[in-house]
Amino acid sequence: MKADKFWSWLVFGLGAAYFLVPLIATFEFSLKMRRGYYSFDAYASVFADPDFQATFLYSSLVGLLAIVVGVLVVVPAVYFVRLRLPHLRPLMEFITLLPLIIPAIVLVYGYIRLYNSSSVIPFTGSALGTDILLTCAYVTLALPYMYRAVDTGMRAIDIKTLTEAAQIMGADTPRIIATVILPNILVAVLSGAFLTFAIVIGEFTITSLLNRPGFGPYLQIVGANRAYEPSALAILSFIITWGAMGMIQLLARFAPRTSARTD
Amino acid sequence: MTDTVIPTATTARPRRLSFEWLGVAPFILFAVMFLILPTLYLVGAAFVGRDGQLTLDNIAGLFTEQILAAYWISIRISGASAILGALAGLAIALAIIRGRLPDGLRSAVMTFSGVASNFAGVPLAFAFISTLGRLGLVTIILKTVFDIDIYRAGFNILSFWGLTLTYLYFQIPLMILMIAPAIDGLKREWSEASQTLGATPLQFWLYVGFPILWPSFLGTLSLLFANAFGAIATAYALTGSSLNIVPILLYAQIRGDALQNPGLGAALALGMIIITAAANILYLVISARAERWMR
Repeated sequence: MKADKFWSWLVFGLGAAYFLVPLIATFEFSLKMRRGYYSFDAYASVFADPDFQATFLYSSLVGLLAIVVGVLVVVPAVYFVRLRLPHLRPLMEFITLLPLIIPAIVLVYGYIRLYNSSSVIPFTGSALGTDILLTCAYVTLALPYMYRAVDTGMRAIDIKTLTEAAQIMGADTPRIIATVILPNILVAVLSGAFLTFAIVIGEFTITSLLNRPGFGPYLQIVGANRAYEPSALAILSFIITWGAMGMIQLLARFAPRTSARTD
Repeated sequence: MTDTVIPTATTARPRRLSFEWLGVAPFILFAVMFLILPTLYLVGAAFVGRDGQLTLDNIAGLFTEQILAAYWISIRISGASAILGALAGLAIALAIIRGRLPDGLRSAVMTFSGVASNFAGVPLAFAFISTLGRLGLVTIILKTVFDIDIYRAGFNILSFWGLTLTYLYFQIPLMILMIAPAIDGLKREWSEASQTLGATPLQFWLYVGFPILWPSFLGTLSLLFANAFGAIATAYALTGSSLNIVPILLYAQIRGDALQNPGLGAALALGMIIITAAANILYLVISARAERWMR
């Protein structure tokens, strides 16, 4: 038994070292901008950079749009499939698995070839069109996670009873989804939203190949040209990811535990 | 639309039906436009030559030294990071779940895994350059304190092992998250029963534990492989275009037609889809088998 515990601690210790050392090293490096002693100069330099502000704002905006579009696309679909079209469920599962199978770089290559300026739907012909395409690309990347979050949320509430009750009170379907179902799965939707944000905020491949001024391409450019700022940006990115995941953990505490309305 | 008559059962029926389809239609349309059509288009383009005729030349064009080498390095890096990530992730998951460590540790590790598995891309490359790059903290400490110059010994963060070591940062957490439910599925009764029958812990793991975990392990392994195979941001930020792996080759092709043949580019993409799809199908088949033990 003693030996058991020793090995567990050893494995845990080695793992912790592997995961913590790069974070410590990155943080230490990010403080070394001023010669001789530690300072937060690299962070000040990052925050003062207008490109940082512009690209971060741009990616946040597109990320938020992607969350809204993702919710609008996923929530009604999951609702109707759960309530009335259960035979479409395997199809949904398959579709939401596709973004994990098809690499992002292949997807964006397909977009560029299919939606170029001389095609029927010339998304990439204008800046606005490309922004729309980028938003949809982000929705696609996050689709597996958004779908699973919403699906789990709807499993936990009794949508059939809620729908019938609302129908008896005279609500029509759009109203039922917007004012009855959505508030009940809000926690799940928000989890999906934070996960979407964590995935797309620093997205590089699609953003850079669509030539949009996002945070991911900005990170890459800074990495190629600066010494200390990249470390500061890595720490900031880690904090953002941690924040998004922390919010999901926090929200999970408010999630309805069971579909207790059976009586 | 304008009638104010209370809808009877017969008029309500078709309306509800159309709502059902209206609700699912955006999802289907979305999937067709942004997942299915672009992929099918590329698959088709892989079989069309410059002159617009059907051809197998693009596929044949993949079998050049440079492209085969790119696929081979990609497969090796994805394979190495998947196998090492799966083994390390399994060990850590076993340690925190079955290893009699303090309870709080488990949820801390799981939370951290959620963060680290999403901490990929460009920032991850920065973190490893600060750690194991030429001026990285670990490199310097090893050199000044222990007198070990890892760069003189042949290590380079921009190499096969450098990239593999970096990929492990998101592979191991992913493994921990995926394998934990399977380890939870190992019932306490089973180890107690084998103990009662006189089995040593080693015999328990050899004959009961690992055979049950095996399908989940293999399944997650193939998922990790596909995960690394399609990744580009980390590699690109680490090495620029100096490392000849398939995603970087495809990136260069999309950027500036580096292969000077759009059909060949599509064939390259088709090759990637086939490899990641094969890995994922393996995952689905194996995990369907593994679920029998999770009830």
